[in-house]
Amino acid sequence: MTFTKQWFTAIVTSGTAGTGGLGGRRKLKSLAGSMRCTTWAARENAVSQISVVDVSKYWGATRAVDGVSFAADAGSLLVLLGPSGCGKSTTLRLIAGLEQVSGGRIFIGGADVTALPPAKRRIAMVFQSYALFPHLTVAENILFGLKVRKVAAAERDRRLERVAALLGLERLLARKPAQLSGGQQQRVALGRAIIAETPVCLMDEPLSNLDAQLRAEMRREIRSIQQKLGITMVYVTHDQSEAMSMADRVVLMREGKVEQAAAPDDMYARPATVFAARFIGTPPMNILPAAPDIAAADQVLMGVRPEHVMLGHDIGMPLRVRGVEFFGADTVVTCAYGEATLTARVPGKATLSAGSAIRVHWRPEDLHFFDAASGRRRDDVMTLAIGDAKQFVHAGLA
Amino acid sequence: MQNPDQTKKRADGAPSPLVGEGNRLSVPQHLRVHIHGWLLLLPAAVLLVAFTYYPAVRTIFDSLFSTPRGVRGAVFVGMDNYAAMLADPVFVRALVNNFVYAACVIPLTIALALSMALWVDGRIAGRPFLRLSFFTPTVLPMIAVANIWLFFYAPGYGLLDQILGLFGFSAHNWLGDQHTALACLIAVAIWKDAGFFMIFYLAALQQISPQLAEAAALEGASRWYFFRRVTFPLLMPTTLFVLVNAIINSFRLVDHIVVMTQGGPDNATALLLFYIYEVGFKFWDTAYAATLTVVLLTLLAVFALGQFLILDRRIHYQ
Ligand SMILES: Nc1ncnc2c1ncn2[C@@H]1O[C@H](COP(=O)(O)OP(=O)(O)OP(=O)(O)O)[C@@H](O)[C@H]1O
Ligand SMILES: [Mg+2]
Repeated sequence: MTFTKQWFTAIVTSGTAGTGGLGGRRKLKSLAGSMRCTTWAARENAVSQISVVDVSKYWGATRAVDGVSFAADAGSLLVLLGPSGCGKSTTLRLIAGLEQVSGGRIFIGGADVTALPPAKRRIAMVFQSYALFPHLTVAENILFGLKVRKVAAAERDRRLERVAALLGLERLLARKPAQLSGGQQQRVALGRAIIAETPVCLMDEPLSNLDAQLRAEMRREIRSIQQKLGITMVYVTHDQSEAMSMADRVVLMREGKVEQAAAPDDMYARPATVFAARFIGTPPMNILPAAPDIAAADQVLMGVRPEHVMLGHDIGMPLRVRGVEFFGADTVVTCAYGEATLTARVPGKATLSAGSAIRVHWRPEDLHFFDAASGRRRDDVMTLAIGDAKQFVHAGLA
Repeated sequence: MQNPDQTKKRADGAPSPLVGEGNRLSVPQHLRVHIHGWLLLLPAAVLLVAFTYYPAVRTIFDSLFSTPRGVRGAVFVGMDNYAAMLADPVFVRALVNNFVYAACVIPLTIALALSMALWVDGRIAGRPFLRLSFFTPTVLPMIAVANIWLFFYAPGYGLLDQILGLFGFSAHNWLGDQHTALACLIAVAIWKDAGFFMIFYLAALQQISPQLAEAAALEGASRWYFFRRVTFPLLMPTTLFVLVNAIINSFRLVDHIVVMTQGGPDNATALLLFYIYEVGFKFWDTAYAATLTVVLLTLLAVFALGQFLILDRRIHYQ
């Protein structure tokens, strides 16, 4: 067995990559914390935390939400992520009180709100379709809740002025929702949520109606407002890049259950299951049969992210290119890997075409292992040696 | 508010593509475009003119002449017919009756239609059955409806008297009593139209996103507050439509009267259109009937204009 390159030697895969990221997150949060002191939510900080304990929601035989538990720290942004129909909206509506739980308990700010009506839960919500009142002006829409609660007119005006300035809506206050662009409507919906000054804000796919550019812009805006005001936010999306870029914590759901709950960098670095591995990151992680030299190779699957696959002509295993997609900043190369396909994301424009022969390799620490039967992550797998190309030829993979 | 803006934009802005093309084309072709357009409009225009505009204009014209009788042809009499009308106690009675009738039927029908729609729109058991049963009165022919109610109101053995008899009330001639006859007609009209108008309200209610109610619930708005501030304003276009129809209906009611009361007793149930029918086709005083018709048309036109001019400005259209 020849060891051609150092990084092909055996290592024990461990979560070292994740720790550095965690430190970074802590720094970010303390920054947000210091900004928070000046805001109204500072008063509420100690209590404005959401926890969902073993919550279920059944509709007849459909288990839309099935024993879900998670908690959001005060002033943090928690993202509920998952594919369509996995129960994200239902979970959010349970927290809001728009649906009744079939089982479990929900706490907001330390108080059990499971049986309380929505209005008593001290939360604000932004709906996917914004749910603006079409016959009311922007100002009336934003002030709707304050008028319901009979807040004094002077106080209403003061808050409206502040919210309008925060969201850049000053000159739109007299318009009706139909006279606004999608992004402006979105901001009005946001304004209606934050003028209530509730410590908790729920959002159900608030950006899904916007175009890609506006979406990225609003994403940053929502995040900065959330941090500036110190709101505890639960944010639903099916877009993993939105989750990764905004969240303090991501709760990944699948078929009504929590698949993994972790900080975004953790989830990227150490996906708990094959599902989580493939859901986070574009293109999704390559999940391949383990190379034969890996301990218990028949019981595990090997995962490597496309951005960790390196292409070359001298080292690694020889593969044949199936397709090349150019995206501007990078290129996604699809190769035949035995029966399976392997995608690689390489910076810049690759001078490859379908049919070319190339060699691929990766660093051992970039490998993830999953149990073939359960799909769960296995950190106990040891690669003995991923040798040079000969072995792959030997295994009939080339 | 949007409509005038749009038309203005079209008027000030670039000419429409059709006109633009016309300018470039030679004159005969330009003309051909217009002829083509007018030809397409012709069938509808012919029908409108023949059955709406010409009769209307002719009615106004006729009202200025006397009724031709035998060898004596129509003579121009100016406003004489109108003067006679104002002195006619039956006309005044019919007019007052009609206003009383409209003032009762319209608000009650609309309120009932809206309540039924709100009820049927909610989550209740047997919803399809309720919707169907509310709508049934509308489907039945007017004459059949009137006959059914004739039985209800029949003195002694009618349904109403039988029920009241259980509570010890004596028999009453509902349609034969000056004081109850109009009220009886009002009840029938409400029963008949409320289901029909309910369908429009129901359709409009289902256009309102349920998320609006949820958003309001999160803010702590009561159901009544939500109805007053959101549902009702959003239903205003429907209310306007229903209102116009209800007014027209209450000024052109004739079938029920013909079957149930013949305008009696002592003209207690004579309404405008029924009186016109009597004058025109029983007494054959066509000029006077034309005069009465002009009054009716004027009334309806004033109502419709007022509604659209005053209410339209305050209504939000989606
Ligand atoms: N009112 C309802 N009655 C019956 N089943 C429902 C109801 N609402 C949701 N469901 C079911 O519950 C499951 C979860 O729905 P939910 O709306 O929470 O999904 P989601 O994760 O928000 O999906 P999406 O990303 O498409 O919005 C789905 O299978 C859905 O069909
Ligand atoms: Mg959803």
